[in-house]
Amino acid sequence: MNMMIRKTLKGAAAAACMTAMTFGMTAMAQAKTELTMYYPVAVGGPLTKIVDGMIADFEKANPDIDVNAIYAGNYNDARIKALAALKSGKPAQLSVMFSIDLYELIEQDAIIPFDEVVKTDEEKAWLKSFYPTLMQNGVTGGKTWGIPFQRSTIVMYYNKDAFKAAGLDPEKAPASWDELVASGKKLTKADGSQWGMMIPSTGYPYWMFGALTMQNDQVLMNGAGTRTNFDAPATVEALQFWKDLGSKHKVMPEGTIEWGTLRKNFLEGKTAIMWHSTGNLTTVKKKAKFDFGVAMLPANKRRGTPTGGGNFYIFKKTTAEERTAAMKLIKFMTSPSRSAEWSMKTGYMGISQAAYDTDKLKEYVKGFPYAAVARDQLNFATAELATYQTGRVRKALDDAIQAALTGAKTPEAALKETQATADRLLKSYR
Amino acid sequence: MRLSQDQMKHVHGWLLLTPAAILLVSFTHYPTVATLINSFFSKGTAIRPSRFIGFDNYRSMAEDPIFWKVLGNNLWFALGTIPTSIALAIAMALLVNRAMPGRSFVRMAYFTPTILPMIAVANIWLFFYTPDIGLIDKVLGWFGFAGHNWLGDPSTVLPAIIIMTVWKEAGFFMIFYLAALQNIPPELGEAARLEGANRWYFFRRVLFPLLMPTTLFVLINAVLNSFKLVDHLFVLTKGGPDNASNLLLYYIFESAFSFFDTPYAATLTVVLLGLLAAMALVQFFVLDRRIHYR
Repeated sequence: MNMMIRKTLKGAAAAACMTAMTFGMTAMAQAKTELTMYYPVAVGGPLTKIVDGMIADFEKANPDIDVNAIYAGNYNDARIKALAALKSGKPAQLSVMFSIDLYELIEQDAIIPFDEVVKTDEEKAWLKSFYPTLMQNGVTGGKTWGIPFQRSTIVMYYNKDAFKAAGLDPEKAPASWDELVASGKKLTKADGSQWGMMIPSTGYPYWMFGALTMQNDQVLMNGAGTRTNFDAPATVEALQFWKDLGSKHKVMPEGTIEWGTLRKNFLEGKTAIMWHSTGNLTTVKKKAKFDFGVAMLPANKRRGTPTGGGNFYIFKKTTAEERTAAMKLIKFMTSPSRSAEWSMKTGYMGISQAAYDTDKLKEYVKGFPYAAVARDQLNFATAELATYQTGRVRKALDDAIQAALTGAKTPEAALKETQATADRLLKSYR
Repeated sequence: MRLSQDQMKHVHGWLLLTPAAILLVSFTHYPTVATLINSFFSKGTAIRPSRFIGFDNYRSMAEDPIFWKVLGNNLWFALGTIPTSIALAIAMALLVNRAMPGRSFVRMAYFTPTILPMIAVANIWLFFYTPDIGLIDKVLGWFGFAGHNWLGDPSTVLPAIIIMTVWKEAGFFMIFYLAALQNIPPELGEAARLEGANRWYFFRRVLFPLLMPTTLFVLINAVLNSFKLVDHLFVLTKGGPDNASNLLLYYIFESAFSFFDTPYAATLTVVLLGLLAAMALVQFFVLDRRIHYR
């Protein structure tokens, strides 16, 4: 009997001990805020390593925050994973996602505006420190939902050797649509061995089209994401011009031009000019065997390009501590010196004037002036196409562009149809 | 209480069945039923919760021109890939079933495309098809043909994808035919030769009928693949230009993950499931009866 009591007591003591230990460990774990973050990579290069390095630096500076940064594929995959995690009840606290996912995320009630998180005056000033053009895709309804991180614009890459061979001034890139066509005609060789120019029309046709329409002084949608201007005369004119480059002026191949192989076409000298994301800059710089130039896109009524790329979002299902920690992380990742480092390593642009004012980026731009073209072009930039039902609206526009370029429909008919589709999709949001 | 011998047998049976049943139910039957149920509900958002809308999704599907386009594409894709890859597989199997120098090398060469992941294959072919600088245009260039934008032209994009798929699939089917051919007793061939049958006659009257069970198996696989394989679209065309190469499953993916319209994706999936089930039934009940099993 006695033995048994003693044994029981021992057992109870052991159990108590273990419970105490478990409690202690939980308490310790609670002291550390854990953050999960998804991020996409949409261009080539060792970007995951760069992000991991930045995260490691952040954890060193903030030992009380544990960041679990997960590479989630391209923009589409990142959104799918983040939303799936949200539904499964184990959500991420913040993520880098496509800037144009904004309305979808709002509609899913997945994210919170940064206005709810910034408190101090210093933080409010921080919110205003980015290039306003880059904020366009992150602001709607008077609130800021996305903070720019990996951002780009479209720029014009051109082959200076080909320009020289065609008797053109290699230091003067075409600055208007007329000049573009005129140079294109000189650059296009009759035997088909070299085209004047290529604008990609698969993958992200709507993005390239956003540049052409902006150059024609027309935006594609309103700021609330509820209306599109697909059948506006200037939009139709822009598509007609795109099509004419191939069918009328014969300076570009007819049909669609593949996004994925365009860079190779340019590097192999098959085209003298290409329009592409700044995200390709570092690769082109490394691989081009000829002298190349980078310039702003040409103007018709004005210069213009859409911005592109990914923003930081904070999710709604987060505690106050997690939000504070997430803010710390975002502020760290978007700080001028980090942004400068990120820009030099990738070709993405610095996201604030302060980033370009850092010594290292100033130095880099001095040695390689093309790194600043994207920034200078920001003065003429507009938001990337983003609306409610953005996937459907975007696809409808993509289809219309491709139908026009392949000659299946006239630009006017294709865009009228698309506008009708978009109106039907967006009606209930107005 | 003791269970009788008979009852014990039942318990045993069910226990043996349980692991497979759990997997089947959770990964096959439950998703199928859930998909069917989903297709009767509207798209839910935080502001407007999902509600029952009956056949509305099916109605809007019937009015969706892209749906009919992708369905048509899929039928052409099936028609283009299945007979060709089967014929090619038989031809290749007959070829490498004979004694010839470098036989294992040829067998391996035929089988290699199968080993490669579809995404890798698509990446390779993307550069084959690239206008002017691609392999195909370079070779055509030697004979004086001008370059063609294979994937950028709505009239050539689907055939281009069909050719790539045949290249990828034929080697896989060849393996089955090769195995089947090696099971056919050589006496049949000797007897046919004695009777004076020519090789075509022998193939048509003896070999091909004996290969029918394999053909049925391959046919089912080929049909499934023609609806199931869309990996290459992600790399090659994303369904473009203007949906000229879009297939049903890719459209389902777009609806679900690009448009976030899961109910519509569910509706399309129900159609896909129905199509596949119907085809499997036809194959099993109609073709199976005409096949000679030894």
